[in-house]
Amino acid sequence: MKYSEKVMDHFTNPRNVGEIENADGVGVVGNAKCGDIMKMYLKIDDNGVIVDCKFKTFGCGAAIATSSMATELVKGHTVEEALKLTNSAVVEALDGLPAIKVHCSVLAEEAIKSAVADYYKKIGKPIDFDYDPDHDHDHDHGGEDEE
Amino acid sequence: MSRFVYADNAATTPVSREVIDAMMPCFESEWGNPSSPHSMGISAKDMLDDARERIASVLGCSAGEIFFTSGGTESDNWAIKGAAMRMKKKGRTHIVTSKIEHHAVLHTCEALEKEGFEVSYCGVDEYGVVDLEELRSLVTEKTGVVAIMFANNEIGTIQPIEEIVSIAHEKGALMFTDAVQAVGNIDINLSELKVDMLALSGHKLHAPKGIGLLFIRKGVVIGNLIEGGGQEKRKRGGTENLPYIVGLARALELAKENMVHLPRVAKMRDRLISELTKIPYSSLNGHPTKRLPGLVNIGFEFIEGESMLLWLDMKGICASTGSACSSASLDASHVLLAIGVPHEKAHGSLRLSISSDTTDEDIDYIIENVGPIVEKLRNMSPLWEDIVKKQTAKK
Repeated sequence: MKYSEKVMDHFTNPRNVGEIENADGVGVVGNAKCGDIMKMYLKIDDNGVIVDCKFKTFGCGAAIATSSMATELVKGHTVEEALKLTNSAVVEALDGLPAIKVHCSVLAEEAIKSAVADYYKKIGKPIDFDYDPDHDHDHDHGGEDEE
Repeated sequence: MSRFVYADNAATTPVSREVIDAMMPCFESEWGNPSSPHSMGISAKDMLDDARERIASVLGCSAGEIFFTSGGTESDNWAIKGAAMRMKKKGRTHIVTSKIEHHAVLHTCEALEKEGFEVSYCGVDEYGVVDLEELRSLVTEKTGVVAIMFANNEIGTIQPIEEIVSIAHEKGALMFTDAVQAVGNIDINLSELKVDMLALSGHKLHAPKGIGLLFIRKGVVIGNLIEGGGQEKRKRGGTENLPYIVGLARALELAKENMVHLPRVAKMRDRLISELTKIPYSSLNGHPTKRLPGLVNIGFEFIEGESMLLWLDMKGICASTGSACSSASLDASHVLLAIGVPHEKAHGSLRLSISSDTTDEDIDYIIENVGPIVEKLRNMSPLWEDIVKKQTAKK
């Protein structure tokens, strides 16, 4: 498995790791069985701007790097803009991911959406977008066995 | 201080200098085809015969029982498919194997199931030892072949192979063992160990990749896998890979000589086990004593194995994991699941496989580095966060 320099950079020096106390939105996606869980925390101001975003991730190098990149891509942007973040934008910003790891970027997109959904619930705004909090993501089983 | 520590010898080993030196004449001057009747062929045939004799002497069998193959996977395929086809003629269409075999065995059995054979997958206990009672109940007069590995490649557990042989033979089934991880680590004498077939691979023993052998005991007849020009007593076609066969012979002799170092290797293994299991929420996978001398497998909860490997690699340490995320199939290790490790814990497993080339300083370096890496990854894990919160709540 070879990762891009950008992925390795975000894996070894992940941006925005941690928790936000009294966060305005918290999203958790993935499950331990599949081997990755992402937890996203959002701090949102009165104008709907994400002023802070932090994450905690249990997972592989790609899971940690995509979480880190996703926080960077939404921080300073409005909630509406954050909802437009796609997994391919995360992959592109990381200079690509091995095909078998693309599902990690999907998880990162879902984590942001899930945190925004939590925020909408808190402020009583209807959730007008699709998201999958129990995201039982499809693994790409196209690979070959090693060893 | 940074160093390079190769702790993945169960995956492959470096080719030793002595093996390279032994092979060189086959590239430089003795490049004949052993089947040719001229002088070049005759001298190649002499080298081939000599290598086979030396291997037989290391393994305690006769030269006529050694059949060279391309490696462990081919030997596994040949033994099981060849025996299944042959035993089918005797009305035996049932195969017994275990849940923790290498994929070369498991996928071969699955392929045979599609061909109409019935396969039973025997369970193992929490240490990965085959359940002998269950095995006894599975092997019947319908069983053609019992395929159980000698020692496991992921957790290092050594099977009670003599007892397994007896169970197979009591019911008239052929006994095959994949000894790819065992050879060189356990003294195997085929005049005493009554298996009918045994597979071994060169690249786990400091010989090159692409060479292995299948031992087939005299009198045991199995079908062919690869037809060709009559080599290997018409049982495995293809011009003999003489350089690698000569290399394999040297590697096996050296492995036998090197067995005197195994107690020292086992001591280093035990130090790794006792130090690494001091890390909270970690535990040894596999049997505490009946295990390969160089193999350690530890599960660290709340973190994922590939992340651990990436960090270890940056520190110059090469290791392996049973995590789904590191395998191309994205499935958690079937071996860890079979011994009852839950999925989430199987993801956090670390396999370190050392050799007699490993030093005490290497072990210090591994111990020094694993703890901080586990801590770093736990500090960014939401699962660990939950544990810490629970602990603070208790206080």
